Amino acid sequence: MAEPMGFYTDTTVCIGCKACEVACKEWNQLPSTNGGVNTLSGDSYDNTRQLDGIHWRHVKFIEQFTEDRKDGRWLLMSDVCKHCVQAACLEVCPTNAIVRTEFDTVVIQSDACNGCRDCIAACPFGVIEINPVSGTAQKCTLCYDRMQGGLEPACSKACPTQSIQFGTISELKGRAQKRVEQLHQIGEKRAYLYGADEKMLGGLNSFYLLVDKPEVYGLPPDPKMPTRNLISGTMFSFLGALLVGLIGIFNFRNRGANAREEARL
Amino acid sequence: MNGIPSSTYFSAPPDWGWLIVLYFFFGGLAGGCYFLASLIDLFGRPEDRPLSHLGYYIPFPCVLLSGLLLILDLQRPLRFWHMLIESNTYRPMFKYWSPMSIGSWALLIFGIFAFISFMGALADAKRIPWASWRNVHPPSLLGRFIAAIGGIFGFYVAGYTGVLLAVTNRPIWSDTPLLGMLFIVSAGSISAALMILLAHKSRLNMPGILDLHRTDIWLIVLEFIVLIALVISLGPVLRAWLSGWGLFLFIVVIVGQLLPLALSWRPQWLGDRNMKTTAALILVGGFLLRLVIVFSAEGV
Repeated sequence: MAEPMGFYTDTTVCIGCKACEVACKEWNQLPSTNGGVNTLSGDSYDNTRQLDGIHWRHVKFIEQFTEDRKDGRWLLMSDVCKHCVQAACLEVCPTNAIVRTEFDTVVIQSDACNGCRDCIAACPFGVIEINPVSGTAQKCTLCYDRMQGGLEPACSKACPTQSIQFGTISELKGRAQKRVEQLHQIGEKRAYLYGADEKMLGGLNSFYLLVDKPEVYGLPPDPKMPTRNLISGTMFSFLGALLVGLIGIFNFRNRGANAREEARL
Repeated sequence: MNGIPSSTYFSAPPDWGWLIVLYFFFGGLAGGCYFLASLIDLFGRPEDRPLSHLGYYIPFPCVLLSGLLLILDLQRPLRFWHMLIESNTYRPMFKYWSPMSIGSWALLIFGIFAFISFMGALADAKRIPWASWRNVHPPSLLGRFIAAIGGIFGFYVAGYTGVLLAVTNRPIWSDTPLLGMLFIVSAGSISAALMILLAHKSRLNMPGILDLHRTDIWLIVLEFIVLIALVISLGPVLRAWLSGWGLFLFIVVIVGQLLPLALSWRPQWLGDRNMKTTAALILVGGFLLRLVIVFSAEGV
């Protein structure tokens, strides 16, 4: 296996140009929303709205302003699949359509997916959706086809501010840690890395530098694997089956005694 | 967390709708009826055999319907076989840690048992001319074996759906480990209710119907306790039910659980119609319970 590859996204230098979204759509030939007749969302400059089957990149615009709008800041973040080391989608997929590549990224094989949508419910980040054209679940592939050809993904290639950086995970982590230290030195003490730590789903191969709480960016503070409920759910179900069985046996076996009692009365 | 009660709130809904609600209902009926029928065969008396026949008639059509509903729910229905055969390698597709994968196999295997017992019950009731099918029906040793193993698979089909919902990252579904238990107990109660209604319709008259009614009331008590435990286990996520869905659930509890319990406590209220009314309420309540659980999480 090649060295794990991924993205490091420094949200402090994102300018919200959406070049990443356009490059992603262009390269992956993703269709436009509603045949190109998109309506404005009314939510800042965000008309993409969400990650889904036809939006594999999504630039979020978070406005943090005072009531009178005299003071405030923009938080901008280009969101994408996290290519988790412990991937919830891959774990539950009942057709093995979701695989881990030689680059340690997570890819949905469209020809194997039957659209059961279990992965959509399992992903803690709400990344996956059905692509209405293919009828299969789709998401960012980290441009697997480009990587196989030695190219970097379209989005990071197009990013004009190097907010999205592509490389080996070990190199990216080092770079990101230096940037956090730099920001701390110049007074931005809120800067931290989200998902670079292995504690979060074994580490996210697409991790972020943030300057506010994860939920402000629409990211879960504590994402978990769906199988955390497998053993407990199965054990309680077994207990339920046992109790139903006992109730049934008790009532049907007891009937003989009741019948005798009724006859006696 | 800025007022967000759980990390599960950041996941996306899978759009499991009416087809899945119907599958949960008919799958529960299939598994529950088979289990009750096998229980009557293994522990009941010979005069109750027509009641067990009734129990075996229900699962096979319900399994067929379940399979159809699941296939129709796929975005690529013609690829339904990918659940059982890996499409790239043509090897069996099985993931023991994925409830949907195990459930697909369980439904197939249970379907075979449901078909065998369906034919066995028809032959035993002399409704088909092939008497050899009686060998697969209790009281023969083979029939007992099939009933016992099929009953276990039936229970699995009835309950895995709740575990499947729990093994996601959706609010409510994955915030409690008790959905599987609730679905299994509910499968027992709705199945007993359906068998009581069909027994009345078929003008069957045997002591087993009263036993089934008593079993049903016990199961409703258990279901009520499990539902309360589930509500408590949700913790802060319970806020998701502080909505129209919560009110709906409250009505479901009254109609499908408390009212049947009240009717069994005071059978004189409805006289002859008491047992049938109770069963009908339980059946409707069981369907609406699944509807609330599926749609309330979809809406978060």
